[in-house]
Amino acid sequence: MAEQVLIRQGAEARVYKTTIDGRTAIAKQRFSKKYRHPELDKKLTRGRLNQEARSLKRCKEHGICAPDVIRVDKESATLYIEFISGPTLKEWISGSTDEHEQGELMDVVGQILHRMHSHNIIHGDLTTSNMIINDEPVLIDFGLSQISPSAEDKAVDLYVLERAFISTHPDSETLFARVLEAYRRDDAADAVLRRLEAVRQRGRKRDMTG
Amino acid sequence: MSAAETGAEARTIVALGLEGSANKLGVGIVKHVYPTGVPGDAELRPEMIEWANVRDTYNPPPGEGFLPRDVAAHHRATIIMLLNQALAEAKLTPKDLHCICYTKGPGMGAPLQSVALVARTLSQIWKLPLVGVNHCVGHIEMGRAITGAENPVVLYVSGGNTQVIAYSQQTYRIFGETLDIAIGNCLDRFARVLKLPNNPSPGYNIEQYAKRGSKYIELPYTVKGMDVSFSGILSFIEKLAKTEADKYTPEDLCYSLQETMFAMLVEITERAMAHIGSKEVLVVGGVGCNVRLQEMMGQMAKEREGKVFATDMRYCIDNGIMIAQAGALAFARGFTTPIKDSWITQRFRTDQVHVEWRT
Repeated sequence: MAEQVLIRQGAEARVYKTTIDGRTAIAKQRFSKKYRHPELDKKLTRGRLNQEARSLKRCKEHGICAPDVIRVDKESATLYIEFISGPTLKEWISGSTDEHEQGELMDVVGQILHRMHSHNIIHGDLTTSNMIINDEPVLIDFGLSQISPSAEDKAVDLYVLERAFISTHPDSETLFARVLEAYRRDDAADAVLRRLEAVRQRGRKRDMTG
Repeated sequence: MSAAETGAEARTIVALGLEGSANKLGVGIVKHVYPTGVPGDAELRPEMIEWANVRDTYNPPPGEGFLPRDVAAHHRATIIMLLNQALAEAKLTPKDLHCICYTKGPGMGAPLQSVALVARTLSQIWKLPLVGVNHCVGHIEMGRAITGAENPVVLYVSGGNTQVIAYSQQTYRIFGETLDIAIGNCLDRFARVLKLPNNPSPGYNIEQYAKRGSKYIELPYTVKGMDVSFSGILSFIEKLAKTEADKYTPEDLCYSLQETMFAMLVEITERAMAHIGSKEVLVVGGVGCNVRLQEMMGQMAKEREGKVFATDMRYCIDNGIMIAQAGALAFARGFTTPIKDSWITQRFRTDQVHVEWRT
């Protein structure tokens, strides 16, 4: 086994940079959570490991930029994937001041999300930290993903990203609006965006007794 | 610098708080002392002295939820008694008060209205300014005051709310929340299915059943980013309880329900902590009394070398003193609510409040 360098300690996985067959790779090792019931923990850890690998492969098959899956080690709950260099979208946005350039990138993000959803891939945790800006935006962190054709699931996927934009990047409403405009490419996308309206409304209604 | 050094006189604020947004009616009195007399320095947290915190709860019969009309009737019938009790406990007269704080929202319309009416009346009789308070901010400020947590990620869990909140730029920002029903609502509704008593609260009785359960039944687990969804779990477990009652005991159902829903809450809280780089977590709201939730949160925090802050039933269940606490902080910065604006609102988001008393 090649040397591993810890590059990130997340809430549920440790991410290492390593080398496999001469290729720079990422090893993402999920660890168990003692606070949850052992059976639930096992189900979630295993399920997310498999689902992440499955969705990454599915993305690749449909021409959506995502890291290559190199190996899945169920024993240690580790996923080995291709290393993608570049800043996260979050870092990229804070480093960019050119509005034109920002708008163009948001168009690409919207198109990629549209393609992903048209193949029924729901990411489940879209944030500006889960996209790496390489030659084009590369989606990562598919641990909460699922396969679903429903407009509701797709709308919630976009809603999660909208909330991430608002809480992470103040005054980013125009950027996210641009993503949605680029997403609106066909009737199915229209239906998802109409549904997004309903999901947002639910958000308002949510605030009731306490 | 102390008051003696600056020559400034200490400033004291005595605030009355009235809360009745759901089935609890609470009256509290709090005293804040600003030693230098200038609450303009936002870093300064006043010395807080609790003077009274009394409460009365409306409980419907087992198998039933509380209706707004009945709750409002309870509040109308009980509030004068509680008010007298609070003043007697604090050994104060209305002349000693500086402001009257009431819950502006969110909550159930009729109960909120019945309490706001009393607040307006007292304000005119006693010639004291009104301070309208956001219920959720009340919970957060009381939690901070009691536990001393500096800048925690806040998990607010109750009958009507499920939110993961963090402070930034004078706003309590919502990072994650439920996409459908609140966790307490889910627990209450399941308690109704099992016909558990509503006294002292449905959630408390679920917790007692869960302590005797041991078999883990697999339930839907729905986390989307930092948001959660509970409606799927509720329909799933309601169906199990109704159609397969011979296979599963109520104890095991309660146990599995808690284990699943609390794991979801801890997961999104941890994700928020990792996201903003905080090591503190504060749990507020009625469901925050649940010892199993506190235990799971503690385990998570320990693994992150962090710390959990929680309060007991006096403060995490809706109460009057939390409204006095948040109201007094705003009042010290000159905030009051004129009579013409003293309406109530069922929908009032946590992030709509300008938190002037923090930097």
